[in-house]
Amino acid sequence: MTTRAATDASKDSAQISGSSGIRRRSISDWYADPFRRPRTLAAITWAYIAWSLLPILITIRISFNEGRSRSSFQGWSAKWWTGPGDSLLHNPDLSNAMRNSVKLAVLTMVIATPIGVALSLGLARWRGFGRRPANMLMLIPLVTPELVMGGALLLVFTELLRSIGLGQTAQLIGHVTFTISYVVVITRGRLFTIGRDVEEAAQDLGATPLQAIRTVLLPMMAPAVFTSAMIVFATSLDDFVISAWLASDVSDETVPIRIYSAAKRAPTPSLNALATFMMVCTFAAIALGMVLPRVLRRGEKAARGSSVEEFAALDL
Amino acid sequence: MKTRVSLGRRARAEWREARPPRALWPVLALPGVGWLCVFFVVPFYAVIAIAAGGVDEFAEPVPEWNPLQWNGSLILDGFRGVLPGGDQSNAMQRTVQYVSLALFACYLIGYPVAYYVARLGGRRKGMLLLLLLAPFWISYLMRMLAWLNLLQTDGYVNDVAAVLPFVSPTNWLDGRWYTVVFGLVYGYLPFFVLPLYSALDRIDQRLIEASRDLGIGPIATFRRVTLPLSRQGLLAAGAITALPMFGDYYTQDLLSQSPSTSMIGNQINTFLRSGASKQTGAALVLVLSMFLAILMAYYLWSTNAASTEVR
Repeated sequence: MTTRAATDASKDSAQISGSSGIRRRSISDWYADPFRRPRTLAAITWAYIAWSLLPILITIRISFNEGRSRSSFQGWSAKWWTGPGDSLLHNPDLSNAMRNSVKLAVLTMVIATPIGVALSLGLARWRGFGRRPANMLMLIPLVTPELVMGGALLLVFTELLRSIGLGQTAQLIGHVTFTISYVVVITRGRLFTIGRDVEEAAQDLGATPLQAIRTVLLPMMAPAVFTSAMIVFATSLDDFVISAWLASDVSDETVPIRIYSAAKRAPTPSLNALATFMMVCTFAAIALGMVLPRVLRRGEKAARGSSVEEFAALDL
Repeated sequence: MKTRVSLGRRARAEWREARPPRALWPVLALPGVGWLCVFFVVPFYAVIAIAAGGVDEFAEPVPEWNPLQWNGSLILDGFRGVLPGGDQSNAMQRTVQYVSLALFACYLIGYPVAYYVARLGGRRKGMLLLLLLAPFWISYLMRMLAWLNLLQTDGYVNDVAAVLPFVSPTNWLDGRWYTVVFGLVYGYLPFFVLPLYSALDRIDQRLIEASRDLGIGPIATFRRVTLPLSRQGLLAAGAITALPMFGDYYTQDLLSQSPSTSMIGNQINTFLRSGASKQTGAALVLVLSMFLAILMAYYLWSTNAASTEVR
């Protein structure tokens, strides 16, 4: 039976895959079949996903350890989260880092989003001299390594703008500088899909340009603006290099800086609790930024693809 | 657009005159452009001014704000430093080696993953994407902390290594180059997979099917259709991953700490932040950014070309 199938296969492979699925196929048939299941690729993908996320799950699990080991599981307990002494809730260093991080992220969001939206509107509609250089200026921070940007900002605050100096103001300025471009890139896409028609219609009906922006364009852009605000919040929360280089002392530590400085000195699972808590905050912001605009836009004609796909297609 | 077609030339001219004042848009862009000028362009100017300005007797930098007074030889010293024979040549050489190895691994792992999710994900595509995106939003430092815990001598990696035949339990964290490269791959793969995913997602399935219908085998189809069509995405993903890798110092700091694996980022960190010599640090930042400017320009050009194509 097998041999007959094999000889058939060598004569005409299309016939085999077309007519008789029961017969066992030779390797060359299996190989030539464009509809075979991509098992190897699926295995690689799932292995990659496991490899990328399993360590994180282990880190979270260790934050609930009963003992102080940071490398193996030791029973369950929430003492590194809420217990007395060294825990997320009661260790002043950890809560200080958490407070600084959230404060910095909220302020960055509040400052960078309006500046970015205005820049995005300006760049999308502005014709003539100055648009291209301004557009370049907006894009370059997206691809500049943080080390280069952090180094440059460090030098400017210590050598030129000494009145500002290093510290939380410098951190805030640094974060706003590298997040403005994110806002522009995210809201710009929405601006292009809206097109100029509605705005022109508003003006034909007697609205001044500013009224047209305020009453027509901005409400239509609101979901994208919200998404970009959430992304700015999350990016600022996760940033390490700029925060670290512009901090003046321990009191300016944010969560990533805390993780960096504590990780090298035999930390307890409370550090894992801190990292986990921050991860939950970031995820919450991103989830909100992805879900809420979908809900708001439900009335419009269905956008193609899922929100996740839309998110992945963003060229940052 | 539609109105414009139906209007006569005269009416169109009148209509255009009633347009908003052209100044409105630049004015809207002004705060952002101003901010970026003050806090992005000026800092960069400061780097040059400090790199080309020299130092006083306490080794403190003396910035030279006038470009006519810039001391070009100091910048040239910076360049000589990273070339073979210079002070920083070992760090630079290691950086290039580590980044190349890590990038190679990114291509090896990232391409199949991005390909599978983009082209064969099927019903599970949304979920797969969500899982690919998750590491993107977990702080890099937390992800390094995770491996720092796993790679301890009594950690789970050594538990597994004790069972496997070809590796033995080791102290992974005392200055091993492969741990650093591993950390770089783990850290930056998500940033590599995503742009590649969106490039592969855009490939027209009909082209691949046409090739198969014409009797071309899977490997030849891949080599002659899929791969050329994904070239843009491959290069862009490589550039966007290589850029932060070149500026990385914390991966090395957390996973090795040994000077024998220090990268150019570590040198810049030492010179600029522990106050060793800010002038040298600034010169190195300048050299690094000039070196990376090629990659940055390429990435900007390619994404710009891709987005105008779509519009």
